[in-house]
Amino acid sequence: MVKTGTTLVKRGMAQMQKGGVIMDVVNVEQARIAEEAGAVAVMALERVPSDIRAAGGVARMSDPAMVEAIMKAVTVPVMAKARIGHLAEARILEAIGVDYIDESEVLTPADDTYHINKNEFQVPFVCGCRDLGEALRRIDEGAAMLRTKGEPGTGNIVEAVRHMEKVNEQITQVQAATHNQLVMLARNLQAPYELVKEVHDNGKLPVINFAAGGVATPADAALMMNLGAEGIFVGSGIFHSENPAKFAKAIVTATAHPTDYALIAELSKNLGSPMRGIEISTLSAEQKMANRGI
Amino acid sequence: MVIGVLALQGAVSEHVALLKRCNVQTKLIKEPADLQGIKGIVLPGGESTTMHKLLVRERLLAPLKNLVQHNFPVFGTCAGLVLLTQPETFNSFDGEVIRNGFGRQRESFESAIEVAGFTDPFPGVFIRAPYLKKVGTDVKVLATLAANRIVAARQKNILVTAFHPELTLDTRFHELFVNQVVPMSKFVAN
Repeated sequence: MVKTGTTLVKRGMAQMQKGGVIMDVVNVEQARIAEEAGAVAVMALERVPSDIRAAGGVARMSDPAMVEAIMKAVTVPVMAKARIGHLAEARILEAIGVDYIDESEVLTPADDTYHINKNEFQVPFVCGCRDLGEALRRIDEGAAMLRTKGEPGTGNIVEAVRHMEKVNEQITQVQAATHNQLVMLARNLQAPYELVKEVHDNGKLPVINFAAGGVATPADAALMMNLGAEGIFVGSGIFHSENPAKFAKAIVTATAHPTDYALIAELSKNLGSPMRGIEISTLSAEQKMANRGI
Repeated sequence: MVIGVLALQGAVSEHVALLKRCNVQTKLIKEPADLQGIKGIVLPGGESTTMHKLLVRERLLAPLKNLVQHNFPVFGTCAGLVLLTQPETFNSFDGEVIRNGFGRQRESFESAIEVAGFTDPFPGVFIRAPYLKKVGTDVKVLATLAANRIVAARQKNILVTAFHPELTLDTRFHELFVNQVVPMSKFVAN
């Protein structure tokens, strides 16, 4: 019997992306540059996060025609973003056959109470998280892959580092806990006990966890891989740099060899300017995308 | 015995875990110098276009291609099958590969499959999987799905599956590689 949309094929798809870089692209030309650089997948969207930030207003799912054009142009998997809680946008993306849906805080949330029930979909979902509780809530809803939220569109790695370290620290805490402490931890994390127990037993998340939100250089990618990220999302960092093709290739190579610092030094020479960054303290609470959909 | 696992991208740790269950040592292969001393190599599932580009960038393509074309034991799953068959990569497995042959991720599936030589069906996990449309006369077909789509096969020193044994706990393909494919060759990479 043939079964599609199983947990194993959804989570397995993310396992095949491990050690790779997923790049935001806004048109066919950028998608081709990303594929040529060695991206394991592209995220098709109309505006990269830093432009969404600058434009303001409501950020929605991209035009399906634009997503389809990118699906036709490259052979690597294509992901696309739906608003948090917007199950119709997600169903539309599933209908056109995107390979992965990002239920993303980069877009303006459509539901301030519930996320999409991702268990009901054939297509897998990736979601952002800032800590273990958020991670396990998203997995409970059916997310087959996670990423740190970081602070999208800032080119500032500090929030992604904070979120990865927080998840790691809480996993260590859960691993060391006794049965009674696990019950209490599950309550404090606001996460299902069964998932907390699974983390306790295995010492890791049940799904793949990438870094996202602020990666701008090969060194940023290497930093996140060394903190335990299993791969990298780069949003604005590539196509807002001075030389996108070079940055893309350098970030892919640094992600594949995150401890080969002599190599990363070579890759980092004469790359040109990275995207212009934003200091997090200059953002107001409303401007912080990571606070959306927790 | 040490078996290498190409570790540029993809399901590397999953293969390492299954090989350990077959009681062999493993070594991650990231650059040409790593090839030294291994008795066989696994090319894992992942993105074949990415792995191809990294193989070229790390100057691993030429030495590995030379090994495989000289009877060095190799086991490729999914992307590994694509790389072994594609003319522009290893050009070693004699067959025509159809990439993403079953469709996109939405069409990815699980199915129990009959494999020649295995008593019980094998849990096949197909993720944006390729298949072999036709194979050369030296190739022994091990498993086929509807419409004659070949999904597991062996050509002397080369074992390929279109699905991902590394996503299961079933070690039968890894045992086949370690116990039957690898001992056929006296070759040790240096």
